[in-house]
Amino acid sequence: MDLFNFQTPRSIPELIAAKNSANAWLLAGGTDLIPQLKEDRRKAETIIDVKKIAAMTNISAEQDGGLNIGAAVTATTIAQSEIVCASYPALAYSVALIGSRQVQNRASLGGNVCNAAPSADAVPALMSYGALANIEGTKGKRSLMVEEIFTGPGRTVLEQDEVLASITLPALPENTAAVYQRFTPRREMDIAVAGVSSRITLDANSKIVDAKIALASVGPTPLRAKAAEMTLIGEVPSLKLFEAAGAAAASDASPIDDTRGSADYRRHLVSVLCRRTLASATKELIQGDLP
Amino acid sequence: MSKEILACTVNGDKQSSLIDPRDTLLEFLRDRLGLTGTKEGCSNGNCGSCTVIVDGQTLCSCLMFAAEAQECEITTVEGLATVEGFHEVQDALVRHGGTQCGFCTPGVLMSAVGLFNENPNPNEDEIRLAIAGNICRCTGYEKIVKALQDVTANGEVA
Repeated sequence: MDLFNFQTPRSIPELIAAKNSANAWLLAGGTDLIPQLKEDRRKAETIIDVKKIAAMTNISAEQDGGLNIGAAVTATTIAQSEIVCASYPALAYSVALIGSRQVQNRASLGGNVCNAAPSADAVPALMSYGALANIEGTKGKRSLMVEEIFTGPGRTVLEQDEVLASITLPALPENTAAVYQRFTPRREMDIAVAGVSSRITLDANSKIVDAKIALASVGPTPLRAKAAEMTLIGEVPSLKLFEAAGAAAASDASPIDDTRGSADYRRHLVSVLCRRTLASATKELIQGDLP
Repeated sequence: MSKEILACTVNGDKQSSLIDPRDTLLEFLRDRLGLTGTKEGCSNGNCGSCTVIVDGQTLCSCLMFAAEAQECEITTVEGLATVEGFHEVQDALVRHGGTQCGFCTPGVLMSAVGLFNENPNPNEDEIRLAIAGNICRCTGYEKIVKALQDVTANGEVA
């Protein structure tokens, strides 16, 4: 590791000024960055610790009922947050799957997003809740849907002078539930072979009026299963419907063969996890067995 | 070149030391302070041998720069026992033979102390989850889990 300059800005403008130089990297939890530096997979001239910036380490309720989570908030803080557990339980569940407890105590939500791993556990839940990524840079602020950030494995739309400051979870309509499930050979310390987050919103007649399904580890980036979503809109939940959505989600996926699983196996996992997450989300909204 | 002063508290003692920004907390503890109870295993956060408690949170000290520990309170395995004797969790591991080669033991102890600080009465699943980030290649975990269940049963944790 070459020598770098270590900075601890106290505000986002100070952070942006520090970030706007070659080989400047943000350090929040360091659980990905530090191994990359040690193995010389990443060169750094400046390392910027963002954990002294209050706006990046707070969870705050928005006036419209949504929630703003600073990019440097840790997985453990999110998993233990009463408001996250009550309003966005699929997110609380997914961050508690990342690595080990030691890793969760350090790893940040913003890091999970900005590392842009297709397998990032927190990301599918964010996408199915319709979360926004709030980016700040020398030219001002912009907000994108979380899924619009990714351009490839490990790559994002962030410019050199830009930082992810926070994530906004929108207020959810009544009768909304989301569930994330992943498949891993080992429950902890493992990377999803495939993961699916399904969110549905029902109307007064128990028809599905909104569906957002997000897939992990089955493409170059986390991705939305839009064909699967289309099969659901306007329909009443049933096992047969969810089978069809699962099949559509498998075709939305574009997995590769690697050591963790073959492409065919991953497609199969997507169909099963999609069906299960939809059934599980429905159970939170409707009493009794599915038709 | 760009050395800086790190001021922090380790096992109750105030420390002030010149560090290189590249030093990990693990290197600081072992090489500057001589606290070699904390072990270096994989060096990338997979094995948990270097687990310490920083401001109440367990973490892998190989995955933190020493420079981040400014003003922090750090507890290492050397901080568990007192003049009166072992910490309850250490005592339980000894009673149950929950250690063989001993390399993972400091990390296991710190994860267990972190668990009991948060949840004085964990069930077996919670115990297994809490030590999931600590790799032990000797014991098969049975005696470690039994020891930690015994701490729970005795309600002895300080």
